[in-house]
Amino acid sequence: MTENLLLTIAFAPLVGSIIAGLFGKQVGKVWSHRAAIAGVATAFVLSVWVLKLVAVDGQTYNEQVYQWLQAGSLSLEIGFMVDALTAMMMVVVTFVSLMVHIYTIGYMQEDNGYARFFSYISLFTFAMLMLVMANNFMQLFFGWEAVGLVSYLLIGFWYKKPTAIYANLKAFLVNRVGDFGFLLGISGVLMYAGSLDYVEVFAQAPAISEKTIAIFSGHDWSVMSLICILLFIGAMGKSAQVPLHVWLPDSMEGPTPISALIHAATMVTAGIFMVTRMSPLFEFSETALSFILVIGAITALFMGFLGLIQNDIKRVIAYSTLSQLGYMTVALGASAYAAGVFHLMTHAFFKALLFLGAGSVIIAMHHEQDIRKMGGLKKYMPITYWTGLIGSLALIGFPGLAGFFSKDSIIEAVHASNLPGSGFAYFAVIVGVFITALYSFRLFFLVFHGKERFDTHGGHLPHESPAVVTVPLILLAIPSVIAGYLIGSMVFGDFFGNAIIVHADHDVLAHHAESYHGVIGFVLHGLTALPFWLAMAGVATAYYLYLVKPELPAKIQQRFQWLHRLLDNKYGFDDFNQIVFAGGSRKIGQLLWKVGDQTIIDGAVVNGTAKTVGLASKLVRHVQSGYLYHYAFAMIIGLWLLLTYFVV
Amino acid sequence: MIALSDFLILGALLFSLSVAGIFINRKNIIILLMCIELMLLAVNLNFIAFSHYSGDIAGQVFVFFILTVAAAEAAIGLAILVVLFRNKHTINVAELNKLKG
Repeated sequence: MTENLLLTIAFAPLVGSIIAGLFGKQVGKVWSHRAAIAGVATAFVLSVWVLKLVAVDGQTYNEQVYQWLQAGSLSLEIGFMVDALTAMMMVVVTFVSLMVHIYTIGYMQEDNGYARFFSYISLFTFAMLMLVMANNFMQLFFGWEAVGLVSYLLIGFWYKKPTAIYANLKAFLVNRVGDFGFLLGISGVLMYAGSLDYVEVFAQAPAISEKTIAIFSGHDWSVMSLICILLFIGAMGKSAQVPLHVWLPDSMEGPTPISALIHAATMVTAGIFMVTRMSPLFEFSETALSFILVIGAITALFMGFLGLIQNDIKRVIAYSTLSQLGYMTVALGASAYAAGVFHLMTHAFFKALLFLGAGSVIIAMHHEQDIRKMGGLKKYMPITYWTGLIGSLALIGFPGLAGFFSKDSIIEAVHASNLPGSGFAYFAVIVGVFITALYSFRLFFLVFHGKERFDTHGGHLPHESPAVVTVPLILLAIPSVIAGYLIGSMVFGDFFGNAIIVHADHDVLAHHAESYHGVIGFVLHGLTALPFWLAMAGVATAYYLYLVKPELPAKIQQRFQWLHRLLDNKYGFDDFNQIVFAGGSRKIGQLLWKVGDQTIIDGAVVNGTAKTVGLASKLVRHVQSGYLYHYAFAMIIGLWLLLTYFVV
Repeated sequence: MIALSDFLILGALLFSLSVAGIFINRKNIIILLMCIELMLLAVNLNFIAFSHYSGDIAGQVFVFFILTVAAAEAAIGLAILVVLFRNKHTINVAELNKLKG
C-alpha cells in the first residue's frame, strides 16, 4: 500500500467535485456527472483493492503524509491509517456513493442544480473518506465538520423552499451542539495525552484511565469517562441519538439520493465508526459504555414507535434509520464493536436500497410522498417492488438476509452484557424487532399492495423508473442479501484484528464465537429464537391491520388519542427545543438587546455620560450671568478663600 | 514716626473701599473702572510701604512699572468703553449682561 494509492482514493472524488462544481456550466450536465462518477468510481475500485490488500495480504498502513503546522510540541498532520476497519468503511462509503451517483442521473434529471448536486455528493465522498482514513484526531475532526457542512448544503439544496432552509439550519445547529462536545473531548485527549495521533493516544490510554479530574471541587471524575462521554456527545449529534436526533427526520427535506447517501448509509454512521475507532479508549470507561448503552436503547425503541404513525414515505424510513442507529449504538455500549460496525455495513446497503426505492416510488408518484395516496404499485413497478421487499426483509432481520445476521448478533451481545443498563437495552432491542417489522411492512403494504389510492393525473398510470434508477437498486439488493455471510470473519473471526480492542471481561462476542458453527447453524438457531418470531408477528400485524382490515388503524387511533398525540408530537422534543432553546435564546437575545444594550449601554453609559455633563452644566451655567460685578465678586471671593487658606 | 501698620491699614481701607465700590455700584461702568484703579493703587501703596521699611528699593521700581501698565490698561479700558457706549447707548452696568457664552 503506497501513499499515492491512498491519496488518489481520497482526492479523486474531490477532483470530480471541483470539475462539476466550479466548471459545471462550462462542461455541461453530461460531463459534470461523468467527471463526478469517474472520481467516485476510481475511489471505489481502488478501495476494493485496498480491502484486498488488508484482508487477504494482511497489510496495514499508518503514515504521516503532510505536516500542516507545528506549534511547540503540538504537530497537526494529515496522515492515513488503513486497517481492516478503515478499509471496510472505505468500500461501503464509495460503493453506496457510487450507486447514489448513478441513481442521481435519473432522479435529478429535470433539476436546475444538476451539476451543483453532483459537486456536493462528490465533495461529501471526499470528506467522508478523509474522516475514515484519518490517523489523528485533527483530521477526523476535519472530515467530521466537512460532512456536516455538505449535509447542511444538501438538506437545503432546494434553497427556495422555506421548510428546507428551516431543516438545514436545524441540522446545522443540532450538530453544532454535538460537535462542541466532540471538540471538548478532543481537547481533553490533547491535554492528557499530549498528542493527537491515534497510536500515541491509544498507547497512553491505560495511564489516562487512572487519572481523575475535579471539575466541580469535591467531585473527582475519571478523566477517561469524561473524555469518552464528550466524544460520544459528538457521535450523538452526527449519528442522531436521543436527544440530538431531531435534525434527522427534518433532513428528509433534501433530495432523496442524499437521504440515502448521507442520512441513512454513511454520514450518520460516522459516530458509530468514531466510537469503534476509539475502542481502546472507550474500553477503559464502563461509565461511558453504560451511558452509550442506555442512550442507544432509548433511541432504538422510542424512535421506532414514531415510525409507526408517519405518513411521509421518507420520514418512515428516516425514523427507521434512527432506530437502527440506536441498535448500532447499543452494540457499541455492550462492547460488541464488531457487531455494531457489521450492522453499520449491512444497514448501509439495505437502507440505501430502501431510500432509493422510495425515491423511485416518488418519481412514479410525481413527487407525492404521502403513503396514504399510494397503494397497489406492485404491478406497475416490479423491480422497485422486489428490491423493496428484499430491503424490508433485510431490515426486519429475516433469516438469511443481511440484517438478520447483524441484528441478531447485536441482540445476543446485549443479552450477554452485564453492564448497568443492559437489562433495559435488551428489552429495548427485543421490542424494537417487533416495531421494526410493523412499521416496515406497514410502509411496504401501504405502498405496494392494497387499493390504488393515487391520483392518476388523467389516465397517466405509474410506470417503472429508468435503468439509471433501477440498476443501483439491483446492485444494492445484492449485498443486502449476501453481506450477512461475512459474519463468520467480521463478527466472530479476527477480520478487524487490532483495529478493535475489547477487554476480556467485556468481550460478549467471544462468548458467542464459541457457539458459532457456520452460517447455516446461525440461521437455524435464528429460526427458533425470539427475535424471529417477534419480527414475523410484526409482519402479520401489519398485514392484518393494513390489508385485511384497513379500517382498523383509524379506530385504534381514535381509541388511543393521547398516545397518537404523543407520537405525533414526537414526544415533544421539537416543541421543547422550539420553546426552551430557540424561544429561550430569543428571549435572552431580547433581554440583552432591551436591557443590556438599549438600557445599560446606550441609556446609562453612552447617553448617561452626556446627560450627566448636561445636568452639571445646567447648574454651573447660572454662575455665568454676564454681569461684571458678579465676576468681580467671584474673583474676590476666590482671592479671599485662597488668602485664608494660605494664611491660616 | 508713622508705623508700617498704618500704611497697611490705609492700603486695606482703600482696597475694601474699591471692593465695596464694585459691589454697590450698579449704575456706572466708569465708576467700576475707577474702583479697579483704586484697588491697584492700594496694592501699590503696600508695595511702597514694604519697600521703604525693608530698605529695598526694588519694590518702588516695581510700582513704576505697575503704574505704567495701569495707565495703558486704563487707556484700553476707556477706549473699549467708548466703543461700547457707541453701540449700546448706555453705560449702565445692570444692562450690560452680554459677557457670557
